[in-house]
Amino acid sequence: MPEKKIRVLIAKPGLDGHDRGAKIIARALRDAGMEVIYTGLRQTPEMIASAAVQEDVDVIGLSILSGAHNTLCPQLMALLHDKGMDDVTVLVGGIIPEADIAALKKAGIAEIFLPGTSTQDIVEFINKRMIH
Amino acid sequence: MGDSLRGDTQILAPGETSPGSRDASEREKAWEKNTLQPMLEKSPERQREFTTLSDHKIRRLYTQADLPNWNADRNIGLPGEPPYARGIHATMHRGRLWTMRQFAGFGAAEDTNQRFRYLLSQGQTGLSTAFDLPTLMGYDSDHALSEGEVGKCGVAISSLADMEVLFDQIPLANVTTSMTINSPAAVIWAMYLAVAEKQGADWKKISGTLQNDILKEYIAQKEYIYPPEPSMRLVIDTFEFAVKNTPKFNPISISGYHIREAGSTAIQELAFTLRDGLEYVEWGMRRGLDVDQFVPQLSFFFNAHSDFFEEVAKYRAARRIWHKAMVERYGSKSPRSWALRFHTQTAGCSLTAQQPYNNVVRTALQALAAVLGGTQSLHTNSLDEAWALPTEFAATIALRTQQIIAHETGVTNTVDPLGGSYFVEALTNEIERGAWDYIERIDAMGGMVAAIERGYPQREIAEASYRYQCELDKKEKIMVGVNDFVSEEKQLDILQIDDTVAHRQAERLSKLRAERSIDEVERRLNALRKAAEGKDNLMPYIFDAVKSYATLGEICDAMRVVFGTYEEVAIT
Repeated sequence: MPEKKIRVLIAKPGLDGHDRGAKIIARALRDAGMEVIYTGLRQTPEMIASAAVQEDVDVIGLSILSGAHNTLCPQLMALLHDKGMDDVTVLVGGIIPEADIAALKKAGIAEIFLPGTSTQDIVEFINKRMIH
Repeated sequence: MGDSLRGDTQILAPGETSPGSRDASEREKAWEKNTLQPMLEKSPERQREFTTLSDHKIRRLYTQADLPNWNADRNIGLPGEPPYARGIHATMHRGRLWTMRQFAGFGAAEDTNQRFRYLLSQGQTGLSTAFDLPTLMGYDSDHALSEGEVGKCGVAISSLADMEVLFDQIPLANVTTSMTINSPAAVIWAMYLAVAEKQGADWKKISGTLQNDILKEYIAQKEYIYPPEPSMRLVIDTFEFAVKNTPKFNPISISGYHIREAGSTAIQELAFTLRDGLEYVEWGMRRGLDVDQFVPQLSFFFNAHSDFFEEVAKYRAARRIWHKAMVERYGSKSPRSWALRFHTQTAGCSLTAQQPYNNVVRTALQALAAVLGGTQSLHTNSLDEAWALPTEFAATIALRTQQIIAHETGVTNTVDPLGGSYFVEALTNEIERGAWDYIERIDAMGGMVAAIERGYPQREIAEASYRYQCELDKKEKIMVGVNDFVSEEKQLDILQIDDTVAHRQAERLSKLRAERSIDEVERRLNALRKAAEGKDNLMPYIFDAVKSYATLGEICDAMRVVFGTYEEVAIT
């Protein structure tokens, strides 16, 4: 019986254009059998939330390297809440100082992946989370 | 095992090079049989195959047999002479050390001004400005899209007023300044020139470098505003303006750095950067500029990654390719156009967030490759840059690293100490061949703008970057502290950007908007808009607008209205 594929939205919010990480994750998750939609660059939280609804995704992966995470993440979480998307798993990958992690998790970010994380770790995290 | 000694024939991907048929000497064959084979039988090598960081195959041993038909006079020449493999100056670092140019910028203009003055007081010999993302994208600090980004990745500059603060008490007549800005480069440069004018510095004498390399933005870093055509027009406008007004200023730094950071191989970095260079030359000539009039003002910027010899070979090959292209393709008559001058920055993407003090070592080795490769200026990354912009403590160690190489290691005592090494020369040849292969492919597509529109370099880089990640995941390539030799470490003290920056900037902007003559601003922005619709060089119009204290955002918007904006088709 074919299982429903996990649907993931990979998004790059903010003005930063460094998309090496976002593209690698998009491809690694696709290779791991997930359905991946990549938003492209410079997405506002509004655009990401709308895309998440439209694409009916299970997971949103945000790539943020610019230091704007404390502004962008809470904005996105609030928008997702307004759209009734509280059950979507939101992950952040990028350069996030340890001091900011607790607040981001409190805002509803499920996990934060720091530089050097292997793609398998992310695949495993998502697979486990989707089983529960 | 012995088989790997022979160059095998295979289908090669672009950028790969054939080791060619190899004709080993009798002596070498005897060595293979009598010395090598018994050794391999007793103790096999650690890996079946050895490759560079970029997956370029490396042989066990390099000898004369790897340089068939190689002639030192023809292939590398002498320093300061074509084909410049050994460096562009006869005395290289014996005559003058490279410029130690640490990239810096954070917060508001006054914060960065302080760091600049500190770095100069510590023996740094040139300035290099990092701008924040809103500035890089042509938005003022108070624009909605700037929220959360003001002063974070660099200094926030929204108008000439900010630029005046940035260079306060720094005499632009005596210091060379590099500015890492691309899409809005013409605007930021106009602000810089306006500050120089106010200080009474002679434009003919001021020197520095504008990054202004839009092609690599489409390829790699993605900080573009306008579509390629009008963006290229702006770049050529700055060339034309520089030729006439600022003969010592480099209006462009054609950059491979970001291409490499996006995950390219060394050969791709070299090939795409030089093909970008050729594209600028062709557009300049099409504008009617004489090749030897503007090419001497073009400069380059490469990455210094961790594979030591691959990097050294890359710089040597770069000079040789540029010389050949200038002479053979464009009929250049001036040695000033032939000699490729470049800045180097150590590889940010090689820095690890884990065990960050190891980054000092990585950076030192990368910097050494750049020096031995003949760089003209160098930025060494700070140990904490996988986490944040550097603290003053970390930035000082990075600068000291260069001073140690310059004054303690002795590598500057002679010119091109690696020249003539079988390995270095063979690798230089292979990297050069690999780069030409890519360059010719891009020629066949109709040039770099056409190749970018097809997504060609973007796709090649994405492939290489994914391949490397897979190798890391499988531990086929090792990053110390990341996928091997892991240990726990306590978090570094990192630079926190003061949250008041955005407020300070917003207040300064509203004060500026209230105090300036809005009629004058409007008049000059209209003139710019009109000129953008025509064919005039836009630099004088931008300069006028800047001097009326029109903001960066307003000036970029004036051109957005005419040029439109660019959206890429994302490749994953």
